[in-house]
This record gives sequence, C-alpha cells and structure tokens, in this order.
Amino acid sequence: MEFSSRARLKHARLAGDRREQYPHSLQFYLEPPMESISLVEFESFAVDRLKLLKVIENLGVSHVRGTDVYKSKLESELRKLKFPYRALAEDDYEARRKDHISHFILRLAYCQSEDLRRWFLQQEMDLFRYRFNELTESLMQKFLEHANLSFEAVSISNSLAVNIVAVLFCYSTMWVFLLSQVGLADAVDLFRARKVFIKDGFAYVPFKEIDVIVLNNYRTKLSKALALTARSLPSIQSDERLQPLLNHLSHSYVGPDYSIQKNTGKISLEQIDALSVKSFPLCMRQLHRALRDSHHLRHGGRMQYGLFLKGIGLTLEQALEFWKKEFIRGKVDADKFDKGYAYSIRHSYGKEGRRTDYTPYSCMKIIMSNPPSQGDYHGCPFRHSDPELLKQKLQSYKIPPSGITQVLELVKGVHYQLACQKFFELTHDVDDIGFSLNHPNQYFTESQKLLNGGRELKKEFNNSGNFQQKNNSQESTNSSSTPTSSNAKADTELEGLEAYFTED
Amino acid sequence: MAPFEPAALPELLPVFYRRLFPHGPYGRWLSYGGVKNYFQLREFSFTLRDDVYLRFQSFSSPQELERELQKINPYKIDIGAVYSHRPNQHNTVHLGAFQPQEKELVFDIDMTDYDDVRSCCSSADICSKCWTLMTIAVRIIDRALVEDLGVRHRLWVYSGRRGVHCWVCDDAVRKWSPALRAAAVEYLSLVKGGADTVKKVNLSHPVHPFIRHSVNVVEKYFEEYALRGQDILGSPEKWDKVLALIPEDILPCQGRAKDSVQRWELLRARLERTRGRPAAQGPCYADWEVMLQFCFPRLDINVSKGLNHLLKSPFSVHPKTGRVSVPLDLQRLDQFDPFAVPTITSLCQELDTANSDGEQEDGGATEPKRRTRDYKKTSLAPYVRVFEQFVEGMESARRGERIRRSDLQGDF
Repeated sequence: MEFSSRARLKHARLAGDRREQYPHSLQFYLEPPMESISLVEFESFAVDRLKLLKVIENLGVSHVRGTDVYKSKLESELRKLKFPYRALAEDDYEARRKDHISHFILRLAYCQSEDLRRWFLQQEMDLFRYRFNELTESLMQKFLEHANLSFEAVSISNSLAVNIVAVLFCYSTMWVFLLSQVGLADAVDLFRARKVFIKDGFAYVPFKEIDVIVLNNYRTKLSKALALTARSLPSIQSDERLQPLLNHLSHSYVGPDYSIQKNTGKISLEQIDALSVKSFPLCMRQLHRALRDSHHLRHGGRMQYGLFLKGIGLTLEQALEFWKKEFIRGKVDADKFDKGYAYSIRHSYGKEGRRTDYTPYSCMKIIMSNPPSQGDYHGCPFRHSDPELLKQKLQSYKIPPSGITQVLELVKGVHYQLACQKFFELTHDVDDIGFSLNHPNQYFTESQKLLNGGRELKKEFNNSGNFQQKNNSQESTNSSSTPTSSNAKADTELEGLEAYFTED
Repeated sequence: MAPFEPAALPELLPVFYRRLFPHGPYGRWLSYGGVKNYFQLREFSFTLRDDVYLRFQSFSSPQELERELQKINPYKIDIGAVYSHRPNQHNTVHLGAFQPQEKELVFDIDMTDYDDVRSCCSSADICSKCWTLMTIAVRIIDRALVEDLGVRHRLWVYSGRRGVHCWVCDDAVRKWSPALRAAAVEYLSLVKGGADTVKKVNLSHPVHPFIRHSVNVVEKYFEEYALRGQDILGSPEKWDKVLALIPEDILPCQGRAKDSVQRWELLRARLERTRGRPAAQGPCYADWEVMLQFCFPRLDINVSKGLNHLLKSPFSVHPKTGRVSVPLDLQRLDQFDPFAVPTITSLCQELDTANSDGEQEDGGATEPKRRTRDYKKTSLAPYVRVFEQFVEGMESARRGERIRRSDLQGDF
C-alpha cells in the first residue's frame, strides 16, 4: 500500500517536472541537457537526428519550403524518427527530450569545421522554421514571451508615439513587435528594404514578419554557440568514449556499407568499360578513364576505385588480374606488381595483415577526406573539380545544357551528392532518382536495377577471368593461386606499405 | 588674403599643427571616455608629401598623437577603425587575429555623384547654386538618423572640396556589423542606377514614412534650388530630361507657362490630380519621383559598409584646396558657404596679424598653452566651438549614463 502510493506520488511529481522542463514543442536550445544518459541512447539519438537533418536537406532542394508537399513529408519523417511533430501533443516529453539532447550531441560533432557548421546551421534553421510556422498565433506569442527576446508585443492603439501612417504601414494589424535598436540586427532585411516603420531606434514589426526576425535571432545564437563549442572541443575529444562516436557522426553515412557483396562474381572484366559509362557514378567513371589512359593510379585513386570495384562484385582474382593487366601496360613489370601492388589489393580484400575487410568509401568519406592534388583522380568531381572543367566534362557526355546548369547550381550550393543525383537523373533519363544518394555503390546498384528492369545481372563467362560463384563469406580457396612472397614478413600495417608505393 | 598655393604646405603645416589644430577636443572625442584602450587601438593613416602613405599608425595617448603630428606634419589625416590589437603592432600578430572591432558609422556625400542632375557644374567643381544639394542631403539624412534610428551623437563635416561627411558616434552604432551598416545605407537610398538608367527613383505603394519625410524636406528647397537655380524646366532640352521621368499619359500641355516655376506648377497639379485616380500599378508618384531624382542624397555604400574603411579626419587640410575640413553647424546649415571656409593660408595670415597686434612671440616651445589655443584668434574658432559642443554632448551623456547605472545599483 505504502509502496504503491509513494510510487504514484513520484509519478505525479515527475510528470509535473517534465511539463515544466519542456513547456513548448519548440526551443532555442539555450541550455544544454543536464542528465546522465547511456552511450547507446547517446548514439541512437544522434543518428536519428542526423537522419532527420539529411532528409531536411534533401527536401529543401527538391521542394519549395513551406509547401504542403514539403510539410507533409517532413512531418512523416519527424513521426517516424520520434521527434516532436505536433505543437500541441500532450505526451510529447520523450520526443522533446530526444530533440533537446540530440541537438546538443550533433553540435559537438558539427562544430569542428566551417563546412560542417554551415551545413548544420542550415538544416537546423530549416527545421526551426518549419516548427515555428506550425505554431498557432497564440502559441507563437506564448513561445516568444517565454523565450525572452529583445522585442515585445505591443498594441498600436496604446502607443502614442505612433501615428496613423505607421498603422497603415503595418497592414492595419493592431499588434506589432517592438524591436529595439539592439534587435535591429535581426531585422536587417526588413530594415534595409524599408518594409517596417522605424522610430527612435525602434522597429514596429507586423506580426506576419516576425518569423524572419526570430530565425535571424536563432541563427545568430546558434552560430555563436557553435563557435564556442569548437573552442571547448579538445576537452571533449579527450573522452575516449565520445571521440570515436563524434568522429563517426560527422563523417557518418547511415546506410548499407556494401561490404557484403551480393553480386560477387557476377561481373566480368570485359564488362567494366561499358559499365563505367552506363552505371558508374562520375567519380568512378573518372578514375576508370584515368586508369585506362595512364595505365596507373596513385594510392588515393587505387583505394577509392579498388574498393568500389570490390563493392560491385569483383572477386580478388579478378581485381588482381584487372590491375595487373593495366599496370603492366604502364611499364610496371610483373614482378614489381606482384611484390607491392598485389599485396595491397589482397590487403584491401582482407587477406593480409589485420585481415580487415575494408568497406568501399561512402560519398561522405570521399567528399570530406583526402582531397586530391595534382596528378590525383580520386575524390568527388562535384566537390573537387573546378566548375569550368566539370561543365566541359558534362558537355562531353552530351548532357543537355539545362541539365548542366542545374548540376552546377547544386554544386554552387555545396550540395554535392544532390548534384550527383541530378547527374544520375540526367544520364538515366528519369525525373526523380527515387532514393537519397549516399554511396557510389548505391549509385551503381540502383543504376543497374533501372537499366535491367530489376533482373539479375547477366552473368558472362570468360576464360581469362577466374570466375567463381561465391557466397557472402570470404573464406577463399583461391588465395593459393597468387604468389605471396611477401607474407614471409610480419603483418605490416596497410598504411606503411601503401606509403612506400605512393611516390610513383 | 592671398590665395592658397599647394607648394606652401610644407611651410604652413607645422604652424597649423602647433597652433591651430584642436588637439584637446580631438583627443577627448576619440578617447570616448577612456574605455577599454579605445584610443590606443585606433588606426590613423597619414599622407605625407609626394603621396607617401603611412597606414596602421597608432598612439598610446592623444598627447603622443599631438607630438607625432607636430613632428611629421602630414598633408592629410585619415581615421580608421578600432582594432583588436594596436595597429602599429599588427605585424606581430598572426594573420587572422588582427581584426577591426568597432568604428563610427560614416557617410560620404560627394557632389560628383550628382553630375547627371546639375547643370551648373560638373565633377570636382561646386558653386553656391549646387551646394544646396548638400544642404538637402544633410537635412534628410540627419532627420532619419535622429528621428528614425534614434541616434544622438553625430558630427557633420565639410570635406574640404566637394562634399560632406557624417560621423555617427553613438556607442551602440559603433558596434554595428558591416551588414547592418550596409542595411542603413540601403534604408537611406532612393536613387538607384547608373549612367544607363534614365529613371532612377521608383516609388510604390504604400510609401514608407521615411520617403514622405524626405519629400517634405525637398519641397522646402525645390523651388529655389531646382526651378530657379538649376532651371530644370527652362528649355526644351532641359525639360525633356524631366519629362522622361513621367508616364506618357500624364504629360501636361505646356501652354501658358513661361518659366520653370510655372511649368512645374502645371505639371505638379496634373500629377496630383491623377494620383487619386485608381491605376493598375497603384497611385502615381511621379512628381515626388522627379523631385527626389533631382535632389535626394546619393550615398557611397562602400564608405559606410566596411569597418576598416579610412575616412578623412575632421580638421584635416584638403591638399588641393587648402580648406580645412570643418564641422557644420546644423543650426546655421542654410547659411553655410563652402567658399567662406578658411584655408590654411588664410588662417596662418590671420595668426600673423593677431601676433603683430598682440604680444611678441617667444622663440622656441615656451608657453605651449597659449600656442595650442591660438585658433581662437582666427576664423577657425566658431568651427572648433561646434566641435567642442559635439564632444561635450557625448561626455555629458556618458556622465548621465554612469549616474543612472550607479543609481540602479545603489552606489553613492
């Protein structure tokens, strides 16, 4: 008896606390969360928010913000990921708490560079704008009062300083927001275009313009907060539990990693040239072309392209044959190939050293790490190529000029993956790619699906290729076919050996 | 009075900086009450003989600035921003850390920008007829600064040749970002377009109160300046320029009008009548648009936008005209005559006259106090008085603020 009544009291108290802690579905994220949280929850919250922000990015480019399509898609995503989606929902505590915590975690991950900060800021602003505009007028006023900003709602009829002209100019609404000189910075666009009445340093902002001001205010606050967070980052990064998680988040890719190849062995080497034109993303097509032309690729290119080929189903034998044939044309002699390059190819298939099965690089990884320099062909062409050269390349692929313009616009807007998606749409002659592009192998798989109408990849047999039907497991019986003179040495780290061959 | 000769500058400048330049109030102005090293972090730039240009000059105190001015006697002084570090040590700070922090909001209005609408002069020339444009500009902008933006401390200065500058010194405004400064310029801009734009002012409904106020100011001067002085409707080729700005269906009949004033009356009346008429694009404001195109101030956004922009200092001498950049007395704005502004030559002559009348000069640097107040014996005095009032205004505001704050805290 005692027990249950105490429990009931506790429950009631908790419920009251909860309501107080998050009185609104929306917040400015001014105070960081002050509770303990498991690492599992930490990571899952962060990943969910990241997924949400990526959806927001995509929606922001594919649809006009604020249209019904945009809003309904965003709402369904919010529901799916269990974030607050309805301003008046009663039992919203869990969602609001998740919203609060996940925002602050992503701040840690996304404060680290100018690019990351800009991206995070943009998506968070879009999210805020959506949620703010979903509030009713009275909820908006309540929220703004609670938020204690540098403006207050006043009634024009009470304000003696304002004359009829001002009232007319404020579209005859009786309520305006009085923005002090301090807050003028938030109303820059209204101020510059003379869209508001200003007197004695106060701006009289009609209700319908308030969202811009609130957003500007939010942007300023968040921008400062991110800069501040970046400065305290070293102490956070020294926490070993958090550091790998945070790094993973900012470079993360949330989707299949193409390490398990379902199509292993279904591609023959002869098909690669044709496939590179039809179904390779631009980055891999570029690498393939460079390899064919110069019979060589440097380390960055070998890694990016080699792992991609593994992802589309090239077996180890095929890979060895493929690279060897090409490199020999480039005046690398067979011996040198076997001693050095072959070792690293086997290493990347998990057959040497640590036996880590390296996974093909995601778009995020390609865009954000290891930028190419002179003589390199890896990287993301939408990110790393000079726009003029990119334009010429697209022209040479006979992409229509309107399509090229669209791609370049996306590139200018720093939406590299979306530019690649547009490239997919233009080369496959579809209106909507139908998926969110995050990985070169995904590009390939989807392309093949489209071109083959969902049928399985055609299997072609060829004498020169060591063709074998394979399952998921990489237990190989074929490693004996390749000379492995170097395995007499101790397991060397991939990096060290790769570096030895990088200098050519 | 002998005319000004640029070649005489090396001889006259030492006298100027020793006996005429108002070092006292100047230092008080730029110290802003002694807050946080403001003076020490301020950039000055000097232009010397033969266009030798020295940037990133800074000084530990107004006295040090005074000594330096008297030592090197620059032809021209520019004032820049207050930086994060002492400008004269900017090379010791690593790149990116040396940043401008604060600066007055400044405006530069140049008569050259009005060449398309004045017929009396062009480029660097000015005359008493077109000087009215500067008067109108000061009135319009000052009203907006005070009434709309709530600014209190601003200093208007004659640039020395063909325009005026404004220094807005309020504490909050000095912290404005470049974006906000640019927004202020845009708020104050109505004349848009370059050589290839015929109609540069386009008003749409509803008309913002700022525009209404500005038209009110222009109206006070329009008849005297534009109709009589510039005679903008005085001849077919002149009135064609005006008519080009008016919608074709409202062109009045020229009929019985004999001069610009009468013609404008007809035109104006016609346009006012049509304003009431409902039209697809809204009411027609062509008469206002004409007045504004001929009279409204034209600002250079680049001068105002950047924190690190250098602008000629008040009381600097203009090397080509010899005139001193003197503050404008807003109470007597309509009487201001740029051709009556003292030149460095005339001031030095006045000093000679005053000395020969009064006590003998002692040789050397004795009695510095009397020397540095010698401007009082010359026609520079009233201008220095205006400047002192400006500085005193800021000082009393600061005192008032301190008292208010200590009252709030209960200090005694």
